[in-house]
Amino acid sequence: MVEIGHFALILALVLSVVQSIVPMVGARTGDARLMAVGGPVAVTALALIALSFTALTMAYVLSDFSVVNVWENSHSLKPMLFKITGTWGNHEGSMLLWILILSFFSAMVALFGGNLPATLRANVLAVQGWIATAFLLFIVITSNPFTRLIPAPIEGRDLNPILQDIGLAVHPPLLYLGYVGFSVCFSFAVAALIEGRIDAAWARWVRPWTLAAWVFLTGGIAMGSYWAYYELGWGGFWFWDPVENASFMPWLAGTALLHSAIVMEKRSALKIWTLLLAILTFSLSLLGTFLVRSGVLTSVHAFASDPSRGVFILAILTFFIGGSLTLFALRASSLTAGGLFHPISREGSLVLNNLFLTTATATVLIGTLYPLVVEAVSAEKISVGEPFFNLTFGPVMLPLLAIVPFGPLLAWKRGDVFAVAQRLMFAFGGALLVVLATLLFIDGASVFAALGAGLGTWLVLGALTDLALKSGIGSVTSAVALRRFIGLPRSVFGTALAHLGLGLTLIGIVGVVAFQSEEILVMKPGQTVEIAGKSLRFEGLQPTRGPNYTEDQGRFWLLGADGKPVAQIVSAKRFYPARQFPTTEAGIKTMWLSQLYISLGDSTPEGAVVVRLWWKPLVLLIWLGPLFMMAGGFVSLMDRRLRVGAPARRKSAGPVKVGVAS
Amino acid sequence: MNAKLTSLAVFLAAFLFAGTALAVKPSEMLADPVLEARARALSTGLRCMVCQNQSIDESDADLAADLRVLVRERLVAGDTDEQVIDFVVSRYGEFVLLKPQFNMRNALLWAAPILILAAGGAFVILSARSRRRQEPADLTKEEQDALDAILRKDG
Repeated sequence: MVEIGHFALILALVLSVVQSIVPMVGARTGDARLMAVGGPVAVTALALIALSFTALTMAYVLSDFSVVNVWENSHSLKPMLFKITGTWGNHEGSMLLWILILSFFSAMVALFGGNLPATLRANVLAVQGWIATAFLLFIVITSNPFTRLIPAPIEGRDLNPILQDIGLAVHPPLLYLGYVGFSVCFSFAVAALIEGRIDAAWARWVRPWTLAAWVFLTGGIAMGSYWAYYELGWGGFWFWDPVENASFMPWLAGTALLHSAIVMEKRSALKIWTLLLAILTFSLSLLGTFLVRSGVLTSVHAFASDPSRGVFILAILTFFIGGSLTLFALRASSLTAGGLFHPISREGSLVLNNLFLTTATATVLIGTLYPLVVEAVSAEKISVGEPFFNLTFGPVMLPLLAIVPFGPLLAWKRGDVFAVAQRLMFAFGGALLVVLATLLFIDGASVFAALGAGLGTWLVLGALTDLALKSGIGSVTSAVALRRFIGLPRSVFGTALAHLGLGLTLIGIVGVVAFQSEEILVMKPGQTVEIAGKSLRFEGLQPTRGPNYTEDQGRFWLLGADGKPVAQIVSAKRFYPARQFPTTEAGIKTMWLSQLYISLGDSTPEGAVVVRLWWKPLVLLIWLGPLFMMAGGFVSLMDRRLRVGAPARRKSAGPVKVGVAS
Repeated sequence: MNAKLTSLAVFLAAFLFAGTALAVKPSEMLADPVLEARARALSTGLRCMVCQNQSIDESDADLAADLRVLVRERLVAGDTDEQVIDFVVSRYGEFVLLKPQFNMRNALLWAAPILILAAGGAFVILSARSRRRQEPADLTKEEQDALDAILRKDG
């Protein structure tokens, strides 16, 4: 089975080479048969890579330690779920997952691209083929997951215990679906440059892929954030770690792309810019691969000492980013500019959105790469951490957030910002109320915290105002308004949901950053502690045993107002003997949108233990927001014009105002 | 990317290697709440030298604990926040600061967001202006004739 997997992988490589060349030659020469090769080849490559992936997964399921990769990252006692997820919990396996998802997207283009012009489809598949070829070569040459080990060891070395979590089952696949999904936008952009033709229809074809990738990436990042939150044991939700930044940059650029593609589709403007963004977004995904896979993050010098993989990815990076940007520079000027618009208009607001999002992306990029550059140039080491990003990324994002509610309400071509401001009075009043209430009723609330809460409310109410106005609530009878509401294009709901989610996340962040309380103390069994008006009693430590670990469970009772226990919370310290590795399993009690978070430290022989506990108000909103954003993206994806890929047929009643659909 | 994967592996492994001790321990904390608050604030800006991108306030590593105690000793001795920072930097180098210093070498880093925003803004404004100045091209003879024909029909 293992050798079959290896063989299938090599076959897929060969097919990818075919996919890279034949359809493109066909598009050049106008040979329909050659162009038609792309589809079946892409689907077959997916089948082969899926077979290869299954072979590796089976090796993990069966604990076949004669495979080096399995031996290094698995253990026979590991629960079955973690045996399976362990397949991609390592370098080789995760690259295999990467290429599996890439070929999945290629096959989707092949299957659902029937409405594309034949040459565009052929060129897109060919570009997908180039990417697949590069990464399959990378796997086969530098990162083969199927290498055998003879004689086979009796027992494996186990997966890193931190990864033995349900998070590993969800987070990497979602994240990769996002990253790699942007490869389709990239391929569309490069194909358009090769053809030298781009129009509004192009934007309509690309938009569903952008949306889908964005939805997955949003979910992947949010899931990763929650995973780190509960697994690391100190309740942080975002660390501005280079690895996180590597996933955040494509998200920011992808968000910009999502918005500029609207302008291009609706108004045929910003074509060149949209093309560039499509290239940049996937380039940032590739850059992330390089940063994480090459080891360059730990130290430039560590990279230099074992550069085989790093140099290979750097070559891939140079080829695709350099190549696509060169092509862009050569061809972009030949593309015609599109529709005109007044600065104050829906287009204008989306340009502003792109300006801020691009600046934010660049800020994160520079903050992430600067230490590497300094180290490479001067051999000095500096750190660029959270304080830097808070001081730079924050101020760039805040004005953007403040103008978000205006965007969907402005008319295309020429808008009236004062009229829109009037319509937003209700949202503004609500936000102002929240600011005042925060300052008045919450002890120790800073002005910043109050303004942050107000800004979040502004976003939420602004999104609701958009829906209310477009369905005519207040200006028509409720029956008509309801009918209009139901008849609104789904993309209007998508926009509102996503913007609402953004507001929720902001409120959650403000809640935790500004209003969390913390206690650090040594607790003896039976002792009670107060935090944020809640009483918590420590029962004691209980040693227990899991399948491949031992743990000390700290049992806590949350006490009600009458002093009676209402809920038990268990926080544990685990030890995995196979890797001699301790982990903390935080005890978390969710109350409405807030959480009580308990983490254990050293214990004394008498059974007392160091306890660090937090009350994290509204913390769940941080991840509920992305769920709303994902729902928004999903609803938008269901929009009729994207489903049928043709101009939407307007309802004969015609209640939908012009300029509503975005 | 493959990011979060090995991310969490490498990045979290680096976090936790020192054992199950918690970040700030009760035994390290100062009795004076004002000094302790200053110590915590300073700690969040100092990097744990052996971790990946983690402050000493959050880190379990022994070295981070030593540095936390050191910060508190200096505060008790009467140092200002700046003096503590200077002292730590003199011992461990600029690498220890999570917030890079404002100096010539880091000028580009700190100025980047403003420069990019300004450049982007200028570009947007200029291209909008130049586009507005572009008058629509005059109609060709055929177009003008076609238009006249249509207008005549309506009239």
